[in-house]
Amino acid sequence: MTGRFVRLAETSRALVRFELDGKPVEALAGDTLLVAILSNGTSVRSCEFGGGRRAGFCLMGACQDCWVWTAAGDRLRSCTTMVEEGMRILTSQPEASWVNVA
Amino acid sequence: MGQCRVIIVGAGPAGVRCAEVLVAAGIRPILVDEGRRDGGQIYRRQPEGFNRSYPTLYGTEAERARSLHQTFESLRGSIDYRPETLAWNIFDRQLYTVSARVSKALPFDALVVCSGATDRLMPVKGWHRAGTYSLGAAQIALKSQACAIGRRVVFAGTGPLLYLVAAQYVKAGAHVEAILDTSSLWKRVRALPKLAARPRVLVNGLSLMRTLRGAGVRIVTGIEPVEIHGSPEDGVSGITYRGRDGSTHQLACDAVALGYHVRPETQLADLARCEFRFDAETRQWLPAVDQDGRSTVPGVYLAGDGARVLGADGAEIAGKLAAWALLQDLGRPVPEAERDALRRERGVMDRFRQGLVEAFPWPAEQAARLPDEAIVCRCEAITAGELRRVVNQMGACEANRAKAFSRVGMGRCQGRYCGHAGAEVIAHAAGVPVEQVGRLRGQAPVKPLSIAVREEVE
Repeated sequence: MTGRFVRLAETSRALVRFELDGKPVEALAGDTLLVAILSNGTSVRSCEFGGGRRAGFCLMGACQDCWVWTAAGDRLRSCTTMVEEGMRILTSQPEASWVNVA
Repeated sequence: MGQCRVIIVGAGPAGVRCAEVLVAAGIRPILVDEGRRDGGQIYRRQPEGFNRSYPTLYGTEAERARSLHQTFESLRGSIDYRPETLAWNIFDRQLYTVSARVSKALPFDALVVCSGATDRLMPVKGWHRAGTYSLGAAQIALKSQACAIGRRVVFAGTGPLLYLVAAQYVKAGAHVEAILDTSSLWKRVRALPKLAARPRVLVNGLSLMRTLRGAGVRIVTGIEPVEIHGSPEDGVSGITYRGRDGSTHQLACDAVALGYHVRPETQLADLARCEFRFDAETRQWLPAVDQDGRSTVPGVYLAGDGARVLGADGAEIAGKLAAWALLQDLGRPVPEAERDALRRERGVMDRFRQGLVEAFPWPAEQAARLPDEAIVCRCEAITAGELRRVVNQMGACEANRAKAFSRVGMGRCQGRYCGHAGAEVIAHAAGVPVEQVGRLRGQAPVKPLSIAVREEVE
């Protein structure tokens, strides 16, 4: 499986290239970062409290399940952020990480 | 009258219609909206560069969507529109907003909260796995991004949205593995007299069923979800449910869209100190409003699904009624005949709403049967067993106390997705009615803010 999401239409948009965990990947202009990531993979982060990988849940900015990070360390909510050319996105938090209390 | 400072929160059907009435009365409201574009969730606009038509995107509601978007466009020059702006607190007659990491305190004389709704969820073992989405999320993926949430999608839960979104998936060419409805057909039949209050909507609903049956989608009613299977790394691989006769069945799938109707987003009403009342029909606490949307706090009005879930057209009416209430409270004239007609129309919609509640009830009893190892709080992976432990061993029979001990409701979603189910788990474990458990208090900020936010005086 390459991506979790399946594109059903609107596929003639311009290509956008960005970097996901150090690898070059492609998305389409107008994709949210969540869709851009889930067109290339199956999850966006690991839950720091255990239970495995997460891939977002509400897609409307309410659940905060789809957080990702930029290489510079900024946190982004991927369902409400649009993908941009040249973004460098990480699916695990750089440097600091939460203590696993599970 | 230009001096009256009015803020509307939310640019969905309620907020836009409210703004329309206020602008016509010579008021220039501030319209704060979290979205990138107007329309709210229901009439959410696709991003620039997408070309699908209104009928493709909004189906039978295409003209309503177009009309709302056009009204908004015509208002742009007459309102202070602030998109991509989160309203995160209310204190001392000021609304606190944040946009691009800048926080502002906006004083108001009147505030109309049109905050909309989010999916109402009942946990099922395994619902934390990647590939489980809310029903609303499944619809947003399609409407806003032209994507399906998976290759083989199971729709589980109950409510009209279950069938609507599944039918939209079928029409868009996605593969719908099955619809698993916790409600029974019998309940729908019994609710028919109330549902008949809105014949057009009922006919649309029946047409959806035809679309789904025509596409050969398996529809099973009266089920109970047992477990969403999968692995921590790869996410969802299937779902097990119990049928009416008690037998268990397993389906392979890579995505589950889960939802039990929707619940109002009431955090801002709470922070404005509005009183709440327990609604026995839907088993939830709702802000008290009069028929026009006045809350118990003078100058604070609540409209749309953020106050009462009536759907998009009900929200348009509620937005207008709230605007007229506001104008009336300012001593301004209101068109009484038009208002009375809309009040009556909303009364009809409310009867239909009751029909939906009866046809697709919230499955409170599932909370009692949730296995101890099932996660209730997805944010922090806290189980039903842990929540029961703080009830049974620590005597935490009230929602906020149980939250303090277990952290269920304290995570980043702030109880939006675990709050209602958590209350049912607590009520059952404590052996008390769910209203006695109370409700999770809204806390500022209503959504997480970046530590880098700075305050600016406007």
